[in-house]
This record gives sequence, C-alpha cells and structure tokens, in this order.
Amino acid sequence: MAGVDTDALQRWLRAFAASVAAEKDALTGLDAAIGDADHGANMDRGMAAVVAFLDATPPADPAALFKQTGMTLVKSVGGASGPLYGTLFLRMAPATGGAAALEPDVFAKALRAGLDGVVARGKAEPGDKTMVDALAPALDALDAALAAGESLAAALRAAADAAERGRDETTPMLARKGRASYLGERSIGHQDPGATSAALLVAAAASAVADQEAA
Amino acid sequence: MKKLLNDPADLVAESLRGVERAHPELRIDHENRILYRADAPVSGKVGLLSGGGSGHEPAHAGFIGPGMLDAVCAGEVFTSPVPDQMAEATKNIDGGAGVLHLVWNYTGDVMNFDMAAELAAAETDTEVQAVVMNDDVAVEDSLFTAGRRGTGAAIAVEKIVGAAADQGRSLSELADLARRVNDSSRSMGMALTSCTVPAKGTPTFDLPEDEIEIGIGIHGEPGRRRVPLTSAHEIAQMLVDPILADRDFTGGEGVFVFVNGMGATPQLELYLMYNEVAALLDKAGIVPVRSLVGPYVTSLDMAGCLVSITRLDDDMLRLWDAPVATAGLRWGM
Repeated sequence: MAGVDTDALQRWLRAFAASVAAEKDALTGLDAAIGDADHGANMDRGMAAVVAFLDATPPADPAALFKQTGMTLVKSVGGASGPLYGTLFLRMAPATGGAAALEPDVFAKALRAGLDGVVARGKAEPGDKTMVDALAPALDALDAALAAGESLAAALRAAADAAERGRDETTPMLARKGRASYLGERSIGHQDPGATSAALLVAAAASAVADQEAA
Repeated sequence: MKKLLNDPADLVAESLRGVERAHPELRIDHENRILYRADAPVSGKVGLLSGGGSGHEPAHAGFIGPGMLDAVCAGEVFTSPVPDQMAEATKNIDGGAGVLHLVWNYTGDVMNFDMAAELAAAETDTEVQAVVMNDDVAVEDSLFTAGRRGTGAAIAVEKIVGAAADQGRSLSELADLARRVNDSSRSMGMALTSCTVPAKGTPTFDLPEDEIEIGIGIHGEPGRRRVPLTSAHEIAQMLVDPILADRDFTGGEGVFVFVNGMGATPQLELYLMYNEVAALLDKAGIVPVRSLVGPYVTSLDMAGCLVSITRLDDDMLRLWDAPVATAGLRWGM
C-alpha cells in the first residue's frame, strides 16, 4: 500500500463519529456513574462538527486534516475531553512532515506525538483511570507489531485489541485524574468513559485502514 | 423531570436572552456566549475574566460589574467553556493593564483556560495571568488527584480582587492577592438531594429519603461518603470540623462566613445553618466579621448547602467592604 492517505484518514474520523453516535448514551451512562454525565453528548457534538467540516471543506493533506479536526474538537466539545482529544489531533499535524500519504512508521509516530500531547495536557500517567490507559498500550502494540514486520492493518488490529484490554483494565482502577478522582475509592468498579471512547478511536483506525488495504 | 423549559438544547441560549433583557448594564455576545460589563474594556484597569459551566447561577454572570468581574464565559450545563470563547473575551477586556483569569479548579476548566492563555499569547500582546481557585476540603489526597475543587472561595476571591482591580493595582499584585484569598479559604458542602441535568432528565445520583451526601462538588457529582440523614446541628459539625482541621482561622481581622444554598434549599434553612456554623466558630474562638447567606454558587436544583470560611486580613476586609454593583452582590453604590 502507498501509506495512509487523506481519504483513509477521513474514513477513520467518520467511522469514529459513527461509533461515538451509536455509543453516545452508553458513554454518558459510564460518565454518570463516576463523572458528570456528559461525555457521550459532548463527544457526539464534537465529532458531528468534524464530519460537517469534512463534508464542507475536505482537507488537502493529512496535516491539514489533523489540525482542522483538533481545532474543531477544542472549539465544540468543551469539558476536559475537548482539550484532550483536540490536543491529540493538533499534535499529530506537525508529525506528518507534510506528507500526502503517511507511511506506517510516520502514522505511528504521529499517533505517539498525539499521545504525548494528551499526557502533557492532562498530566495523567498510565494507571490513573483515563483515556491514556487505552491509548498507551494501543500505541505500544502498534509499534511492536510494525517492528515485527506486520502490515499496518494487522498492527492497527493489534492496537485496537490492546486498547480494548486497556479500557477493560480501567474498571478496577482508582481514579486519580478528572472528576472521577473526587470519588476516591468509590471510583473503583466502574469502566472509565474516556478510555472507552479512546478504544473506539483506535478501533475506527483499524477498520479504516483495513478498508484501504482491501480496496 | 418537571422544569421551566422549551427545549433542553436551548436552555443556556434562551436563559442568556433573558439575562440580556433583565440586565441592560451587561453586553452579551450570544454567538460566543460571553457576557461583558457594558463599558468593557475599562481603560487602565486589569480585566478580570472567569467562567465555567452553566447551572451555577448566579455564578458566574451574576458577578459581572463594577467592583467585580469584567466578563464571564458561559459553557453548556456543567461543561467548561472552550478556549476560543476565553481568548475572545480576554482580548475584549484588556484595558491595557493585562487580564487575570480566575479559574475554578476542575480538570476541563483548567485545561481550557490553559489553551486560551496559549491562544491569547499567540494572537495578541495581552499579558495574561491565571489563578486557580481550589478551596474544597472534601477532596483528600489532593496531590494524587485533580486536586481540590473550586467552590465557595470564588465569591471572596472575585469580590476582593475585583475591588483591588478598581483601585488600579497591577496584574501581578492582583494575582498574588487572588492566591492569598484562595489560600485563606476552605469549604465543604453536602447534598440532601441530587440535581437533574435537563439534557439527561433524571437525577444524576440516587439518594434515598433517609440519606445525605457529605463532601459534594457543584456539578451533581456524588460526594466522598453517604451518611444517614441527621440534624442540622450534626450536619454543621460534619462540614465545619474538616474546614477547621485544615487551616488556622484565628487572628487577622476575623473571618468571612459564607453559607451557600445549592439551589433548592430555602433561605429559612440556610439561616438556621448559619446559626449552627456561627456557634461552632464561637466555640473555636474564631470571630465572624462578615457573612453571606443564600444561593450564590448553585448546582441546578440540588438541595443542600456549602459552608465556606475565609480568614481576612485588613486589606481583604477593606476590599470586601468596597462598593460593588453586580446582579448577585450589590452594596455601596
């Protein structure tokens, strides 16, 4: 394949928007248990705005797509998820080096830059019961699979599996960041809503790239 | 759910239209959801910006005006406003002396205000400083969590710093003063009932008739622990004890005592609570010299109260007494 092009990235974002819309009430339900009951509604509003700009003004290259996605999320989501998901995409933009299609290692490096941005913005460590607990193992799995010579589609599938495991592992964790941290011990036993939406993001990337390779 | 609504999705926008009609002394940018005092920017004065999710009325917009804030950004119900709003407001209240962001310590608010300061630095030459308010003693282990929440102290901080800004003090002097007032304040709240977020339509948490939540925040998030309903006398103790255990409130000019209603608790009950709180302070040798009783930082239709205590030095006391003209607080002018 010729790397991940703008069309594949658009498919990724549209697939993520569709799964957020489908899981909107479930995400809000998870947030009601340990937060403030708005994660699904906020992410759905943000991703609907992303789809609207993709329809209206399709971006010219991956960097423009990431930048516009990040700015749209920051502007439309609010709460903590807006700056966090917004920063993820804003930091991916310069990591593309302006390429029209991203080689697997460049795509992985861009995602890593995005995760570093999330960690810097949110100051969360792995194990704090946040979206980092889905994203960090996912990117580790992605790097490992690429290093072992797997295709990008296979590596993203491994990343999606790791993200889902990471998401599940947030359930017994004690929240140390965000509103859930105010609950202390009472946050234990609930799956983290941010890790849940982050796992959807990685799964959407795996399906978008699988589609590109199949095409 | 039984509420005065048209469509829950329009609640914030329609409420802002009402604020505009009721308060011609404010100017409202509906598109960006920013409320300004009509004469902003005030030349030569440091601009004071705060804001947060809606649902805490009269906070935050009720504290815009001479002697307090210059502008407020309104978010969706219980959702932080976004950096673009804050950056736009920052630009429009800079009277040439810089802008101070007074930020309530919640993860989303802090991150959005951080990004707003970065945007403002990239796009303008406005000097911006930020002070985070975090007075809630219910959050233990604050080094390992998102930290203590900003609750009742904001009223003291915004009033006192607002008066100091009117005197023409510099941006860094005001930031120092804001930190001192915040450091001198501690708060603890409790809920008798949950609140109902209109977009969700059902109570955020289930609280049986005979139980209460101790150590709540202001967004309907549950508290640290749930205990059986008991007398106001004992509830006052559960709120005041951790406050006094956390800081020394003796000395200075005395304290400012704030008994805040969470939205659905009658003033009659709040004054009863003030009596209980004041009696506990008497016993501890702490002298209340200023008071505020009523719903100022609410959590929609939650019933319950929050007790906030601020130790005042002579500067803070004079600034508290200085004139203020806002929808929420008004005296001396």
